[in-house]
Amino acid sequence: MINTLIGDIGHASVIVAFVAAIVSSYAYFMASRAKVEATGDNSWRNLARGAFYVHGAAVMMIIFALFNIIYEHRYEYYYAWSHSSNHLPVHYMISCFWEGQEGSFLLWIFWHVLLGLALIRGGRKDKVWEAPVMAMFSFVQLFLTSMILGVVIGDLKIGSSPFILMRDFMTDAPVFALDPNFVPNDGTGLNPLLQNYWMVIHPPTLFLGFAATLVPFAFAMAGLWKGKFTEWVKPALPWSHFAAVVLGIGIIMGAYWAYETLNFGGYWNWDPVENAVYIPWLVLVGAIHTMIAYRRGKSGLKASYILVIASFLLILYATFLTRSGILGNASVHSFTDLGLSGQLFAYLAVFAVLAVALLAYRWKSIPTTQKELATYSGEFWVFIGAIVLCLAAFQVLFTTSIPVYNSFMGFIGFESNAALPADQIAHYTKFQLWGGVAVAVISGIGQLLWWRKGNQGSFLDAITLPGMLTLLFASLIIVLSKLGVLNETIDNPVYITLLVAALFSVFANLSIILNLLHKKVSLSGGAVSHIGIALMLIGILFSSGYSNIISQNVSGMVYSREFSDDINRDNVLLWRNSPVEMDKYSVSYHGQFQEIAGVPGYVNRELLFPTADEYKAIARGPIKAKDKTYFETGDTLEVVSPENIYYQVQYKERDGDKSFTLYPRAQVNPNMGLLASPDIKHFADKDLYTHVSSIPDPNEEKEWGELQEYEVTAGDTIILNDYVAVFNGIEPIQQVPGVALEPGDVAVQADMKIFGERKNYHAHPVLMIKDQMLGRVPEEVADLGLRITFLNIDTENNKFKLGVNASQKDYIILKAMEKPFVNVLWIGTIVMSIGFVMAIIRRNDEGKKKPKAAAPKEKRKVQAA
Amino acid sequence: MKKTHIIGILVIAAAIVIIMSSVGDASTYVSFGEAIERSQDGDMTKVHVVGRLKKDPQGHIVGMNYDPLVDPNYFTFTLVDTNRVEQQVVYYNPKPQDFERSEQVVITGNMQQNVFVADKILLKCPSKYVEKEVQQNTASL
Repeated sequence: MINTLIGDIGHASVIVAFVAAIVSSYAYFMASRAKVEATGDNSWRNLARGAFYVHGAAVMMIIFALFNIIYEHRYEYYYAWSHSSNHLPVHYMISCFWEGQEGSFLLWIFWHVLLGLALIRGGRKDKVWEAPVMAMFSFVQLFLTSMILGVVIGDLKIGSSPFILMRDFMTDAPVFALDPNFVPNDGTGLNPLLQNYWMVIHPPTLFLGFAATLVPFAFAMAGLWKGKFTEWVKPALPWSHFAAVVLGIGIIMGAYWAYETLNFGGYWNWDPVENAVYIPWLVLVGAIHTMIAYRRGKSGLKASYILVIASFLLILYATFLTRSGILGNASVHSFTDLGLSGQLFAYLAVFAVLAVALLAYRWKSIPTTQKELATYSGEFWVFIGAIVLCLAAFQVLFTTSIPVYNSFMGFIGFESNAALPADQIAHYTKFQLWGGVAVAVISGIGQLLWWRKGNQGSFLDAITLPGMLTLLFASLIIVLSKLGVLNETIDNPVYITLLVAALFSVFANLSIILNLLHKKVSLSGGAVSHIGIALMLIGILFSSGYSNIISQNVSGMVYSREFSDDINRDNVLLWRNSPVEMDKYSVSYHGQFQEIAGVPGYVNRELLFPTADEYKAIARGPIKAKDKTYFETGDTLEVVSPENIYYQVQYKERDGDKSFTLYPRAQVNPNMGLLASPDIKHFADKDLYTHVSSIPDPNEEKEWGELQEYEVTAGDTIILNDYVAVFNGIEPIQQVPGVALEPGDVAVQADMKIFGERKNYHAHPVLMIKDQMLGRVPEEVADLGLRITFLNIDTENNKFKLGVNASQKDYIILKAMEKPFVNVLWIGTIVMSIGFVMAIIRRNDEGKKKPKAAAPKEKRKVQAA
Repeated sequence: MKKTHIIGILVIAAAIVIIMSSVGDASTYVSFGEAIERSQDGDMTKVHVVGRLKKDPQGHIVGMNYDPLVDPNYFTFTLVDTNRVEQQVVYYNPKPQDFERSEQVVITGNMQQNVFVADKILLKCPSKYVEKEVQQNTASL
């Protein structure tokens, strides 16, 4: 039966949220007028608060309704049907909540509500900012809730509702004409690539970062609007740090997810969708720097305005790029067009016009210092750093926007056929690498000058030690690499430059931390973050610059094709159980495995007898893992995700006896083709990254050769497909997997032993008489490409007839590469985040100090932490 | 001249360099005819070509060859561009799994002698992200 109630509740809540956002933004606008503020009349503000609370409650209601639809498998709703399925575990139901565009808008709206409530709470004491800042918040919410409104007025469609019913979405489907109350049995499920724990936490983190950029923007706009041109920086600064660290972590999580789950072979591919969030992050970090410089030296206010506003507008631009469908030809993972491009463009345009107009109108009133910045001052280098960040952002922005130029040219009637660079990684690296060098050098110099407040002399003193250490370590690393201690020889001058710059940044910032240890270590957040960034640069340099494909095809096959030089032969074919030499390893493929509920690791598919329900299998033998038996023969097992097959690949060192096993995953998805996920072996100094690039199509029936019949007696030896096999005889059995034997039924199995290359196999084809019918359960030895059928028993002569089919052996095509020092990148990320958190705590305390000298209880806790 | 002015000029100069260089790196969508012309002029820059797979009247794909047992790193097929020009394309990588089902194929690469060597293949499959039909097996229940 169709449950329309929950959808109606959800839809009604969207409308309530939308209307409440209008009321709240209007009331907050009225409350912020100078006249109202002067009279001390709180009625507008109270109305606005009330409306925002209603908005918040309605948003919670929408989320509840949508989650209920997913959780209860209400497939009469399109959203549940297209994103969820019956077998999805709860944590993936959470991720399918935001797999769709509407859900991700909802996530964004949700974070704005929480941030807004936090600001209202903070505004209790300090009432200056609440009204204008929250007016901006509610105004943004108005646009965002309109995206999921799902209201159609004539030809005008406003928003796309997540609560649309299947029958309303697919009006053409004949089944709804027959039965309007038809409910599909199962959903189409969550995109398997997203079935990963990072996908459960990456989108909420990213959207919290998105949402948090609104806070400094709202403060900046409030400052311009209310004429408080300088005061906004102090409350906005900790929020900018917060937005930058959350957005940064969100981006890195996405990168790590791509690294771990996608077979792109890396963590960053300069995909337009990745770029779209990288650009605002760079600008936001630039904004933080100019704001810090302003806090100390009273210069850079205008730059802070520009960058804070730009970072928010770039977030909106990113939203427009990824959701309007404009990247359709350029990116594999942008959202499809929901027909919201006009609305998205309106959202971007309104805030761009509003912010730019307000800034231009107030430009002359923004105080500036006439003081020229000295070259030997920290502030000067902080500015240079911000400029470098912005130029880096501009470069990515310019190239990523190429599809937008095409659309725009098409819009005004010109034909344009510009495409993104053919080799995107080379293109972006060319610029961003030098951006990295500049950032590293400037962050080192800038920090030294910042804490020296110095003149030329003391700066030279300060830079000497880090400089010497840098040269020492850089030459040590280069010499070691030449001597072959490291796997790779570092001789590319560009890479050496980046290495030296990054090492300098590490040592310079380390010297700052050591100095601050004596004074006040809580001030060293900046230095810690900069070390993190420098480590990230080193990690990127080695893992990308010196990534090494070890699965070179050395089969010795003659390449008589069109070209012979410099073409990649990066994939090798691995026959089952036939080792191939790769780098210093001997690599072999040993069969297909699956995940079974309750059993750690993976279970060989040869032990699983499939049933009609693909989520259930019957154990052919005892299921063991690490000497513990989890299931006995005949037990029914629960297959965790039947579409995912894990290919066991064993690496064995040729010199030495170390070996390890990897399980790269692959699945052939009916909608998306082969989805391969790598498996990664982590070493201290590198990762070994392995993924399957191709497998025989599992949807094609296996081609079996002609049936060969053998007549044998117990103890006979026969040759099957070049393997020696011994027939030991037959034995009666009580159980046949997957068949219920009743009294009167008889089942016997043949006992055969086949001598394979690596091990011996036991085959037990079954012959049974059930309900007076002859039944056969053939045994497949996939390792050897054999299928043995027990055909008949000749009781008079005591002979047995066996049928054997042979087929091509199983294979996989594999790609493997080494990523040296990739751990340094992840460590750098963590260090950077710690630095940011230190800075947030410091800036937050600083912001509180002024209004109240006595520290409230909460603050003490933070200090203790 | 003030220091800020010098910096401002430098920033503008850097931005111009970025724009010029990015424009130089940008690729274009072309037809096979133009790709051939480019290679005859000695221009080896990589281009994008949009096309469809060549099919016989029965709808079977023709001119496609991938035999991983012989060479897992060699895949060749025939692509028909929007001007209906046929061209053999070689891809030195395993065949993308869903290749046959694609509606449209975007390749990047260039002409080398008489074949187009692709280094990237982007497939546009039907209903890749939005399912538009209730599947038969669910609908019949």
